[in-house]
Amino acid sequence: MNAVLLSADLPYWAISLLRVLGGLVAVLLPAGTVVYLFLFKMLSFMQSRLGPMEAGPYGSMQLFAEVGKWLQKEDIVPASAQPEARIFKMAPLIVLASTFLLVVVVPFGPDAWFTNFETGIFYALAVSSVSVLGILIAGWSSANKYSLLGGLRAAGQLVAYELPMVLAVIGVVIQAGTMNLQEIVVAQNAGSMFGWDGLGNPYVLTQFVAFLIFMISVQAELSQTPFDMPIAESELVSGYMTEYSGFRFLIFFIGEFATAGVFAMIASVLFLGGWGVPFSWFGWTTIDSIDNWMNVAGPLILFAKMMALVFFIMWIRFSSPRLREDQLQRFAWKVLIPISLVNIMLTAVLKVAF
Amino acid sequence: MAKPKVPGMFKGLGVTFATLLATAKNGADTVQYPHEKETPPIRARGVIALHEGNCTSCMLCVRSCPDWCIYIEGHKELAPPRRAGGAARKVNKLDRFDIDYALCMYCGICVEVCPFDALFWSPEYEYSETRIADLLHDKSKLGEWMQTVPEAPELEAGAEKKGKK
Repeated sequence: MNAVLLSADLPYWAISLLRVLGGLVAVLLPAGTVVYLFLFKMLSFMQSRLGPMEAGPYGSMQLFAEVGKWLQKEDIVPASAQPEARIFKMAPLIVLASTFLLVVVVPFGPDAWFTNFETGIFYALAVSSVSVLGILIAGWSSANKYSLLGGLRAAGQLVAYELPMVLAVIGVVIQAGTMNLQEIVVAQNAGSMFGWDGLGNPYVLTQFVAFLIFMISVQAELSQTPFDMPIAESELVSGYMTEYSGFRFLIFFIGEFATAGVFAMIASVLFLGGWGVPFSWFGWTTIDSIDNWMNVAGPLILFAKMMALVFFIMWIRFSSPRLREDQLQRFAWKVLIPISLVNIMLTAVLKVAF
Repeated sequence: MAKPKVPGMFKGLGVTFATLLATAKNGADTVQYPHEKETPPIRARGVIALHEGNCTSCMLCVRSCPDWCIYIEGHKELAPPRRAGGAARKVNKLDRFDIDYALCMYCGICVEVCPFDALFWSPEYEYSETRIADLLHDKSKLGEWMQTVPEAPELEAGAEKKGKK
């Protein structure tokens, strides 16, 4: 996107505006699709009901109705949160901002990207933990013991699962030999398995353990069931979201599902080959030889891969009960982290060996 | 030989996915309410109907109502004697019979207690109102519900009909 825009010779403000619009689309479109397709429809079908059917054909306009409803609601700041009202109001914005910062590094096509950081995955893992700040602020400034408990649980959980996530990504980084997400995509699609390049070399095959650990960590980072103790609606009354109403709750809600979409995008970039198709199909070898239509097809391919991954995230979410807080921590520190360390070691040894 | 144990988590995933496919194939177990309606069972406690002619305003239902949601007013009237030359009879005339469905808890004690079969259960359930005061059903409205009262089911074989032969 960026390279295309630069070649069009637009003024700086126009490029910035287009980038903002692109970011909005890249965050809100997946979030809306995920909510409608999975939260409304798949969840309903799994419970043998039809879900929303009234707003638009098959309830497809339901989301707009919901957003309209939330926007009409009163924006309440509880009396005990009044002293820090400004911080209280800021918290959901921080959570959503981390999602927008995250989508910045996702490559959507050979020239369709917002920024092309040399250390893209490092940046992505760093800004993904900014949302912890927002959640902690929300939990603390609500001046409510349930919210505080939820916020602290969220902080503990997100810190604990940040680690296996980073360690899982290290395996991919070692194998690709780069931290640039664009180059990781190219490395997968230009690669070959034992001389056969019909599928490229998606790292989900060679780094399957890392993929599993990454997806489990994503599940926990998004605090989706079975790791939803921070928002546990039956024990903590939705945790840090308890005191939020109206459009601030809506922002938390969008943030949750947009982050699910963006994390799934990053996972598909790291493990499933991102926007690319195996280059050997069309006789491409490097990123410069790719035809221009991939800038249109790439985002769609990435979107399809993202939906497939979100399907698994949501499927597990809808099917499992909640773990206990200590089980969650034990699983992260005693199972996931050792396995991912072994995975790094093995990857490094094999990388040197081959 | 016991079947190999599937971890509960994967079993759960299987159940939800099977339900997803079954719903997509056979349709949901639920009905889309305002468009399609299920007929309630004939003994469903939907609304209480009044057969005005049978009511003697004996006040038993009013007194037995746990919510005090039945209001009866009546007065005595003189009716012509049964036999020529007899004294005029005194009968209770019903002026008002209201049930406040905002209060009613559908226990059915009034229907049970009525000695003259003036109150009946009807399975009708669509009578919500936008004003709470409109939930007070008066004599004529309660009488209209009589149209919806289903036929009493057949007695079981060997059961004896109570009351006067």
